[in-house]
Amino acid sequence: MSAPVIEVRDLRKVYGSGDTAVHALRGLDLTVARGEYLAIMGTSGSGKSTLLNILGCLDAPSSGNYLLDGIDTAEFGEAQLGLLRNRKIGFVFQSFNLIPRTTALANVELPLVYAGVRRKQRRARALAALQMVGLVDRAGHRPNELSGGQQQRVAIARALVTAPAIVLADEPTGNLDTRSSEDVMAILDRLHATGRTVVLITHEDDVAAHAQRVVRVVDGRIATGVAA
Amino acid sequence: MRFVEVLAFAVRGVTANKLRSALTTLGIMIGVASVILLIAVGNGASQSVQNSIAGLGTNVLTISPQRAQAGSSTKPLTTADAKALADPTEAPAVKSASPVVSTSATAAHAEVSYSISQFLGTDPAYFSTTNSSVAEGALFSTDDVTQGRKVVVIGATVATQLFPTGNPVGETILVNNIPFTVVGVLASKGSNGLQDADDTAVAPLTTVQNALTGYGSLNQIVVQATTADTLDAAQAQVTTILDGRHKIGFGQTADYRVLSQQQLLTARTATTDTFTVLLASVAAISLLVGGIGVTNIMLVTVTERIREIGIRKAVGARRSSILGQFLLEATMLSLFGGALGVAAGFIGTRFTIAGIQPVIVPSSVLLAFAVSALIGLFFGSYPASRAAGLRPIQALRHE
Ligand SMILES: Nc1ncnc2c1ncn2[C@@H]1O[C@H](COP(=O)(O)OP(=O)(O)O)[C@@H](O)[C@H]1O
Ligand SMILES: [Mg+2]
Repeated sequence: MSAPVIEVRDLRKVYGSGDTAVHALRGLDLTVARGEYLAIMGTSGSGKSTLLNILGCLDAPSSGNYLLDGIDTAEFGEAQLGLLRNRKIGFVFQSFNLIPRTTALANVELPLVYAGVRRKQRRARALAALQMVGLVDRAGHRPNELSGGQQQRVAIARALVTAPAIVLADEPTGNLDTRSSEDVMAILDRLHATGRTVVLITHEDDVAAHAQRVVRVVDGRIATGVAA
Repeated sequence: MRFVEVLAFAVRGVTANKLRSALTTLGIMIGVASVILLIAVGNGASQSVQNSIAGLGTNVLTISPQRAQAGSSTKPLTTADAKALADPTEAPAVKSASPVVSTSATAAHAEVSYSISQFLGTDPAYFSTTNSSVAEGALFSTDDVTQGRKVVVIGATVATQLFPTGNPVGETILVNNIPFTVVGVLASKGSNGLQDADDTAVAPLTTVQNALTGYGSLNQIVVQATTADTLDAAQAQVTTILDGRHKIGFGQTADYRVLSQQQLLTARTATTDTFTVLLASVAAISLLVGGIGVTNIMLVTVTERIREIGIRKAVGARRSSILGQFLLEATMLSLFGGALGVAAGFIGTRFTIAGIQPVIVPSSVLLAFAVSALIGLFFGSYPASRAAGLRPIQALRHE
């Protein structure tokens, strides 16, 4: 097996300070192999989102190491982190996080604009991504004109449009009904099938069943010896 | 990332929320327009005051009663005082001295009634002293004064009010129910902003005293010096004569006051300066209110925009492109609002406001534009620049 794409050692995250400090992660270790399909489960407040945000370079740990492709992310500056988020990682939020009053197509094009892709190619690739999530006919719609499931699929199209090696999804089906959940999971399955590393957080066993491996987060650590 | 892309984001940002953009623009526009307009009104007022006083001529002295020191008696200004001043041997530098009484009066003709703010009683010399001439008809004569005839020369405003269509000359008007024959209409002098010089009527002194004011103190004696150069001499002679007649001792405060045109100008300019300062502070307040409005709108939408910044950072935006976008958005709104404000200000100053023709002060245009643009720029981009420095997740969680 090649070197792990994600390797986390003794990761700690403290929110706030003094009496009100919250220890969200308390020395978490985790390794994700290239091309792996991993589900993270755990009770609410156990630190799953905190972990995934750090994996997505959206947040920085208080201490510990996060090695991405073998390189410690602590060495990266603001510009390089931006580049990583843009090229290497696709992030899917539970609450979609689409830019309001902006069409689905423009939302999907967004990472490509920051990647410096020219207009014509950008449009083609964004449409292809929308095609993949089955929403080409909604390209001109704004987020408030789309259902929750459709918004999440637009968000997934945005996450995959730069063809990132890693796709991270924080409860992607948390706000969706069964039908939409199945659509979203089918897309993630396909992404995994094309060789991407997929890490997702979920509360639902049937969603976790799509993954090759399931880990549980308990009190800011990966629970050991617990069968998935 | 190329500049055109940043610009495209900024344009989309401005057009995405049209109401927000419109309100921001409106706030800046109102601030700019009101500053330009109000300062122009103040400036216009002071210019017309200066013009109207300058129009009176440079060889005129105005004598008006003033309250004397406590203890010393106050004598009224009388027709006899005016006669004494016109004495060619005692006061060789004085060409004429016109006694003036003034009152307000209600004039009526046919169904129309109009309240004249300055109804004057004086002698014919008053007209030449104050550079007044007739547009229609004639002035009244010295004979009219001695006979106390009920004739009147009316100002342009009074003429248009009482005779909207016909020619007033030869018509009879009722002034406080006393019939006067209109013999002439004065040529228009225009408004000085504080008062309308054409809202006047002039009748023989004796008639006005007899019919309207009674025989008390004069309101003014208007003295014309022989030439502009003899004005100082005339002022000295007038003071000597009146001090003698009113028994004013050395060092005592006189019960009258002599002002030359220059002194009058200084006094009036001070008044209009106060007026301009007043308007300027109102303008400054409206600029402030406009600025607060802009700030408010920007801050209200900032939560949404900070989330947007979080999203943009999450998909890989660099800090510089986010800063560029928000700075451009704020610039567009400020410049557009400022330009509209300047346009509105210029259009507004084409109209006469409260009888004043506004005159634009160029520096006020610059000031208003700069201040409002800076307010817009600052509050449009400062919160954004703070947000652009956050980690993506912090911006996304912002409430
Ligand atoms: N920005 C924050 N500030 C303070 N506390 C936070 C913040 N984000 C998360 N927490 C706390 O950290 C803990 C872990 O949160 P989170 O990672 O969101 O849990 P999960 O996603 O597993 O439900 C919780 O106790 C939560 O209250
Ligand atoms: Mg969570």
